[in-house]
Amino acid sequence: MTAPMKIKRTKSQIAFSIIGYTVITLVSIYCLFPLVLIVSGSFTQNDVLMRQGYSLWPRVFSTAAYRQLFRYPEGIINAYGTTIMCTVVGTALGLFIITMTGYVLQRPDFKYRSKVSFMIYFTTIFGGGMVPWFIMLSKYLHFQNTYMARILPLLMSPFLIILMRTFISSTVPHEIIESAKIDSAGDFAIYWRIVLPVITPGIATVGLFLALGYWNDWYLTSLFITKKNMYSLQFYLYDMLNSVRFAQEMGIPQLGTEQVPTESIKMAMVVIVTGPIIFLYPFVQRYFIAGITVGSVKG
Amino acid sequence: MAGAVKAKESATKATGRAKKKDGFVAEFRRNKVMFAMLIPVTVYFLLNNYLPMAGIYLAFTKFNFVGGIFGSPFVGMENFKFLFSSGKLLKLTANTLSYNVMFILVDHVLQITFAIILSRLGSRIFTKFTQSVMFLPHFVSFVILNVIVYNIFNYEVGFLNGILTSLGQQPFDAYNTPGAWRFILLALHVWKGVGYGTVVYLATITGISTELYEAADIDGANVFQQIRYITLPLLVPTFIILLLMSLGRIMRGQFDLFYQTVGNVGTLYDVTDILDTFVYRSLRLEFDVGMGTAAGLYQSVFGFIVIMSANAAIKKYQKDYALF
Repeated sequence: MTAPMKIKRTKSQIAFSIIGYTVITLVSIYCLFPLVLIVSGSFTQNDVLMRQGYSLWPRVFSTAAYRQLFRYPEGIINAYGTTIMCTVVGTALGLFIITMTGYVLQRPDFKYRSKVSFMIYFTTIFGGGMVPWFIMLSKYLHFQNTYMARILPLLMSPFLIILMRTFISSTVPHEIIESAKIDSAGDFAIYWRIVLPVITPGIATVGLFLALGYWNDWYLTSLFITKKNMYSLQFYLYDMLNSVRFAQEMGIPQLGTEQVPTESIKMAMVVIVTGPIIFLYPFVQRYFIAGITVGSVKG
Repeated sequence: MAGAVKAKESATKATGRAKKKDGFVAEFRRNKVMFAMLIPVTVYFLLNNYLPMAGIYLAFTKFNFVGGIFGSPFVGMENFKFLFSSGKLLKLTANTLSYNVMFILVDHVLQITFAIILSRLGSRIFTKFTQSVMFLPHFVSFVILNVIVYNIFNYEVGFLNGILTSLGQQPFDAYNTPGAWRFILLALHVWKGVGYGTVVYLATITGISTELYEAADIDGANVFQQIRYITLPLLVPTFIILLLMSLGRIMRGQFDLFYQTVGNVGTLYDVTDILDTFVYRSLRLEFDVGMGTAAGLYQSVFGFIVIMSANAAIKKYQKDYALF
């Protein structure tokens, strides 16, 4: 961010500050409020939740929900495992392909780079739609109940490829690549040994975009996965929420039976599923901001 | 975004042409390795984007899974006829468009406002912290929206009704008040995306030279005048690019948001059903592949026309802002 300008204490400046601080404070509260409700619910005794509803602060504090969740943790642990696996594999593979593509597409001596760029870009303005895509992947590529279904579709996106191309062309001076070529380095060697080491900020940004996509995915599981032990974390949560709702609508009484999780268990589950993101957030958000900045200003 | 890139590329292309005139074979021989490096990306887009386009044919069939794309009975325009004559398509289009127009308008007004405020507040600790808080919802999954809606609007245990009853008011039954969902969905959409957009605009604002403001200061312009005559005009290019990109998605949009919040609540379809949710349901719940493809194709073509005409219009008026 720019250094704050020398601010003259004029009337209009004071008025602006009062309005500004108020507005931004209110917006921040608005953004935090739903998350606070969830955390508070997870630490509230369940029958209090049922009788008095959700509140911003636990009316009767209890960690029972967490304790009960950890009594049978297999499902969550399993969903965590598959999600971590897909996130790691997908992000690594995606990064490799995206950086390699971005590198080739910004080489001025590669004749077809604008044609290839357009082939990639075109997919954002026209597509066959979701149904043909699903039929192709399920009937012809046999993706049902494979991890391919959870990894392949999120490997890359035109936005990330263009972001990476812009990042490479604006951070790696072309002379470096030229002189390496004169020293008869191969095109792949230039990419691997010269370009990759100097674009780590770009890799961090794109990697985070990819990882977030994998971590938060529920859609691909909902389409392709029917085996419970292959569920993604978010879909596991979604499935649980739905079964609770279904049970409620059917009028199955909630007496803390094992199959029907209670209100507070639901909230504890949300906290456990989202926790890692909130925890990592302070450390990674600047890479996001840096990436968005490159993508929006220099593109 | 792509406009500038293209200009740069056509410049280098011109010099390349002057040097040597050669065909695909010569280029392939020279840059074999680079061609090889593009294999993964090509395979990806072929499988994930281009091959499925052949499936558009499904829109003209009555699909069965055994026959597959080309073995299912051909029914011509039947699917489209049904969609049009039942009035369904009109309703879905109206809903999709009105939601997206509302989202685009509110998004940009709020994002620009917040970005301008953040850029001009003195306390950096405050702006850094609030910016992080505003950006946080972007990181949580859409499944969380499912939970949030429940926590706030559930009839028995929701936060809202807790407040209302403690104030002696009638409790509010969201699921039997379809009209309210326009605002609820807007509020949730803003919640999820306002931070991201604010950061984009903030990036542009911080790129503006401080000299401009200093000069304006000397000339006696107050904060509001400076915003009006310096910041806003300089945000126009970013605004137009972002607007064009959102216009490209005007027929799609926000499947996660709608599906996770209202999902399959049939009583609300009149107000909340958009093309995306309809297509998803045709596939997953009604198994009507032909109908789903037809609606999806209509969505794609309509969106394509919108983006092409918007781009052409911008091109005519201000060439630099065009996407391609």
